[in-house]
Amino acid sequence: MSDAMKSVGIARMIERPNTKQFIRELFKDFMEFHGDRLFADDGAIVGGIASFEGTPVTVVGIQKGHTLEENLKCNFGAPNPEGYRKALRLMKQAEKFHRPVITLINTAGAFCGIGAEERGQGEAIAKNLLEMSRLKTPIISIFIGEGGSGGALALAVGDTVWMLEHGMYSVLSPEGFASILWRDSSRVAEAADLMKMTSGHLLENHVVDRVFKEPEEGLEHNLSYTTDQLREALRETIPELMEMEQKELLQKRYERFRKFGEYAE
Amino acid sequence: MNLFGKKSYYSLDGNERSKKNDRRRAKSEPSIPDGMWIKCNTCKAIIYKKEVTEYKLCPNCHAHFRMSPAERIGITLDEDSFQEFDANMVAKNPMDYPDYEEVIRKAQKKSGIKEGVVTGRGKIRGFDTVIAIMDSHYMMGSMGSVVGEKVTRAVEYATEHRLPIIIFTTSGGARMQEGIISLMQMAKVSEALGRHDEAGLLYVTVLTDPTTGGVSASFAMLGDIILSEPKALIGFAGQRVIKGTIHQDLPEGFQRAEFQLEHGFVDRIVHREKLRDELGRILRLHCPQGREEA
Repeated sequence: MSDAMKSVGIARMIERPNTKQFIRELFKDFMEFHGDRLFADDGAIVGGIASFEGTPVTVVGIQKGHTLEENLKCNFGAPNPEGYRKALRLMKQAEKFHRPVITLINTAGAFCGIGAEERGQGEAIAKNLLEMSRLKTPIISIFIGEGGSGGALALAVGDTVWMLEHGMYSVLSPEGFASILWRDSSRVAEAADLMKMTSGHLLENHVVDRVFKEPEEGLEHNLSYTTDQLREALRETIPELMEMEQKELLQKRYERFRKFGEYAE
Repeated sequence: MNLFGKKSYYSLDGNERSKKNDRRRAKSEPSIPDGMWIKCNTCKAIIYKKEVTEYKLCPNCHAHFRMSPAERIGITLDEDSFQEFDANMVAKNPMDYPDYEEVIRKAQKKSGIKEGVVTGRGKIRGFDTVIAIMDSHYMMGSMGSVVGEKVTRAVEYATEHRLPIIIFTTSGGARMQEGIISLMQMAKVSEALGRHDEAGLLYVTVLTDPTTGGVSASFAMLGDIILSEPKALIGFAGQRVIKGTIHQDLPEGFQRAEFQLEHGFVDRIVHREKLRDELGRILRLHCPQGREEA
């Protein structure tokens, strides 16, 4: 099996530690807040305030379940527009109180349904991209599992973007890629290789800034192996970003995304 | 300007060769010459080509046919006011996608333009504006590096020169052949629009058929004012994907402009023949002199 397919398999495993588990490991005093104040509370997005070694932080993440019952509550980690709007509400709240925002990303993509379209899935994602790009407080985005397209990007416009070793991030699923471009869904592995969606490739083209090792025995058997590294990195990065002049912080975030693109003139 | 060059994709006006072919065939066969008649995909009526004006509307049901950037400029901007930006920017192959160069070459041939968007500045009813027009004839208006870069530069130009920007959107979404780099374009354009917005400048989007995927989830939905052409398909997810996810039939008119208006995501649906006037009025009401006159 190719490395890409191996990571796709691992990132999607139902046992893979989810956002709530990472929150428990990394933060203290987490208080979950609910609702977008407009329509509903989306179980696919978990967010609230917590303490990171004494520093108040806002944490927002996409939640997947380990069982069918859990997954029905969080819609298999596929957020609806109200989920993205809840995330934005909590990020704006963080801006007001000048707390750093940590986002945890693990989704196959934004939900594709009638209600999601009626309530403006596109508008909700678009608004997050725009508002995150100018949020006047630091944002650290961490890909802990799957990163499916715009639905993942909507929480990933960060000052720094991190990824776990077997995380993935792509413009669409390898299955979708194979079936749309080649009309042959059996060529999934080939698509996964071609799409350069693994942490190594993404580090190479600067889509992610840091990659964190996972334990040989699997993240689900030894979560602290990876969260210890993450804690160390947060301990370093949070003060660094918090001390930065706001103007510089925003300029650097702008440049981080401004640079993407390959073209000739 | 290469923009008004060869257009082999749209035969409404008929080029010389097809006229010759028509004549030749008309002599030898008793059938209706090719290219004189077209079928409206909406009402299925057979239309005599000459009845279709520069607005590219079905004379029977007023369906709005898809347009090229050159045609759009013709019905939108004041004559000879358009100055194109970055006309020669072309795609590279960031993912080493097999035969991407060939795909690009075909798209260029089909659309007559070098990439999926034309950007520049011009005047509408005397008012200066930056403008970007996407082309669905070019790889379904998909957004890759070049589309992202050209639109971003146009937005930055507008911010720098304190001008409004109008974007005509039409897109199937992100350009899959450019992988994750195409996804990053959504963030790139959005952040540039954020700065244009902070500068207190006007951004108008005109959604045209179809506006979906990554473009609908970024700059299409960020206008201060969002206009749409009638019946344009506008949505995030493709209808086949939604059906495959929920295993239900989709309601009549789902994701059309009228649906988006009803659900609060579009300010106004504007008939194409009135678009220039409406855009002119919007620009006038947003410019200092306009305020004085009013």
